[in-house]
Amino acid sequence: MSFRNNDDQKAYWKENLALLFKLLVVWFAVSFGAGILFADALNNIQFFGFKLGFWFAQQGSILVFVALIFVYMAKMSAMDKRYGVEEE
Amino acid sequence: MDVQTLTFIIVGATFALYIAIAIWARAGSTNDFYVAGGGVPPVLNGMATAADWMSAASFISMAGLISFMGYDGAVYLMGWTGGYVLLALCLAPYLRKFGKFTVPDFIGDRYYSQTARTVAVFCAIFVCFTYVAGQMRGVGVVFSRFLEVDIVTGVVLGMVIVFFYTVLGGMKGITYTQVAQFCVMVFAYVVPAVFISIMVTGHILPQTGFGATLADGSGMHLLQKLDNLSTDLGFHEYTTGTKSTIDVFFITFALMVGTAGLPHVIVRFFTVPKVHDARKSAGYALAFIAIVYTTAPSLAAFARVNMIETINGPELTGTSYEEAPSWIKNWEQTGLIEFNDKNGDGVMFYSGDERNEMTVDRDIMVLANPEIANLPAWVIALVAAGGVAAALSTSAGLLLVISTSVSHDLLKRNFAPNITDKAELFYARLAAGVAIVIAGYFGINPPGFVAQVVAFAFGLAASSFFPAIIMGIFSKRMNDKGAVAGMLSGIAFTATYIIYFKFVNPEANIPDNWLFGISPEGIGTLGMIVNFVVAFLVFKVTDEAPEEIQELVESIRYPKGAGEASAH
Repeated sequence: MSFRNNDDQKAYWKENLALLFKLLVVWFAVSFGAGILFADALNNIQFFGFKLGFWFAQQGSILVFVALIFVYMAKMSAMDKRYGVEEE
Repeated sequence: MDVQTLTFIIVGATFALYIAIAIWARAGSTNDFYVAGGGVPPVLNGMATAADWMSAASFISMAGLISFMGYDGAVYLMGWTGGYVLLALCLAPYLRKFGKFTVPDFIGDRYYSQTARTVAVFCAIFVCFTYVAGQMRGVGVVFSRFLEVDIVTGVVLGMVIVFFYTVLGGMKGITYTQVAQFCVMVFAYVVPAVFISIMVTGHILPQTGFGATLADGSGMHLLQKLDNLSTDLGFHEYTTGTKSTIDVFFITFALMVGTAGLPHVIVRFFTVPKVHDARKSAGYALAFIAIVYTTAPSLAAFARVNMIETINGPELTGTSYEEAPSWIKNWEQTGLIEFNDKNGDGVMFYSGDERNEMTVDRDIMVLANPEIANLPAWVIALVAAGGVAAALSTSAGLLLVISTSVSHDLLKRNFAPNITDKAELFYARLAAGVAIVIAGYFGINPPGFVAQVVAFAFGLAASSFFPAIIMGIFSKRMNDKGAVAGMLSGIAFTATYIIYFKFVNPEANIPDNWLFGISPEGIGTLGMIVNFVVAFLVFKVTDEAPEEIQELVESIRYPKGAGEASAH
C-alpha cells in the first residue's frame, strides 16, 4: 500500500475523476460544441477575420487541447505530492 | 544549383543522418528493442511520438484534403489531435504504470485471458499493416517526383533504410531517428508555409495570416476571398461544410477514439522512465503536432487561392496552356494533374461545375505548393526530404509494432513461453524484416483499396482497443467475458458496416442508406458504443474480475512504484 490509508486512496481516485471530468467537459465544448454543433451559430460572429465557428474547428480547438494536457499534468503532479504517491 | 541536385543532396544528407543515429543507438536487449530501455526523456519522446503519428498522409495529403474540403476538413484536424487529450488523460499514465511492452500485453493480463490477448494481437497487426501500405505509397510518390527515379527503385531504397534502422536499432534506434525526422519534417512543413503566408498576406505566422487581409491592397480577408472564389466557380462555400452535422460529429469522434486506440502511438508511452513523464510526453507530443496541424489549414487556404489564381488567371477567365508554368507540366508526368481541353481553346479553366477542364489530385497541394508559389529551389528540396521523413518515421513505428506483436505476443506469450531473451530478439528482428518486405511489396503494387481501408484501421481501433483499455482502467470489476464479448461485437458491427458499404455494395454508399446518416468513416463511434454496452451486459450476468486483478487495477491508478517496462 502506497497510500497512508484506504480513505486516502479513495479520495485520490475521486479527485482524479473529478479533474478528468472537468477537463473532458472543456474538451467536448471546444471541439464538438463550438467546432461542430454550434459552428453555424458562431459563424455569425467575426473573430480577427475568421468566422468564430470555423476558427474553433480549424485552429482554436487544437490550441485548447494542448493547454488541457499541460493543465492535467500540473494538477496531477500537485495531487500526487499531496497524497504522497509521487515517484521517487 | 538546380532543384534536382539540391534534392539529392538534402535527401541524401538526411538519410546519412538517420543511419548514423541507428548505429549509435543500436539495441542490445529485448528491453532496448521493444521500449528503448524505458529511458527516453519526455521532450524527445514527445518529438518521436509526433513523428510517429504524423504520417506521409498527414504531411502530403492533409493540407490538400482540407484545401478541397474547406470546413469539413476540420474532422481530421480535431479528430487526430483531440484523440491525444483522451490518450493523455485516460490511457497513457495508467498504461505506463502497468509497465508492459505492448497493448495486447495489457489486454491479455488485465483480462487474464489468452482469447483477449489473441484478439488484440490480430487487431494490432491488421491496423498496422493497413497503415504501412499507405505509407509506402507516399514514399513512392515522393521519390518518383523529386528524385526522378521510378517508383520501384524509390520504394526499395526507402525499405533498405527502414530495414537498417528498425532491425538494428529497434525502438531505441527508431526513437532517436524519429527525433531527427521530426525536426526535418516540421522545418520542411513550416518554411514554405511562412514564405507563402508572407507573400499572400504579409503575416509571418501562417496561423494569423489565415485570418488576415490580403497583401494585394484590396483590404479583403483571405477567407472572404476564398468564399467568393468558391461560390463563383461553383464549389461550396469554403468556411461552411457539405457534410451533415451528425456525420461530422461521428467522424470526428471515431477519429479521436481511433487515435487514442492506435497501438503504435500507445506503445510510445512505455518508453519513458516515469508515469509523470508519460503525462508530460503526451503534452509535448501534441504541442509538436499542433505546430503542423495549425499550419495545415492555413496552408490549405493559401494554396487554394494560389492555385485557382494561377490556373484561372487574375481575371478568372483562364490562362493559356502553352504559357503554363513549369510545375503544371512537371506534375502532369506523375498524373497528379491533368488538363482536358474540352472546348478546344487551349485555355485552362478550373471550376466546380461543367466549365471545369482540370483534374487536380489533392496530394499536389503540399508537394507542388513551393513551385506554385515560386519559392527557391532549396525549399522544394526540403519538402521532398520532409515527405520522405514523414513516411519513413511512421513506417518504422508501425513495423516495430508488427514485429513485437509477432515475437512477443504471439511467440513468447502464446506458443513458446520458454524462449530466451536472445532468441526473442532474433525473432523480433526476423519479423521486422519480413514485415518490411511485405510492406515494400504493397508499396510497389499498391492495392486499390488503401484509401478505403484507412477508415477500417480507425474504426477497428475505436471499436476494439479503446473501450477495452478504458474499462480495464476505470472499472475494477470488469471481467474477461465482458471485455472479449465487447471487443468481438464492436469489431463485428464496425467491420460489417464498412465492408458492406466499401466493398460489397459501394453504389449504396450514399447518405440516404446510412444508419442514422453516419458514413462508414464515422461508424467506429457507434462500434465503440456497441462494445461498451455489450461488455456491460455480459459483465452483469457473469462473475466480476478476481481479487488479484482488482488489486492490479488499484495499483495502476497512482504513480508511485512504477518500475521499468518489463516482460513479466
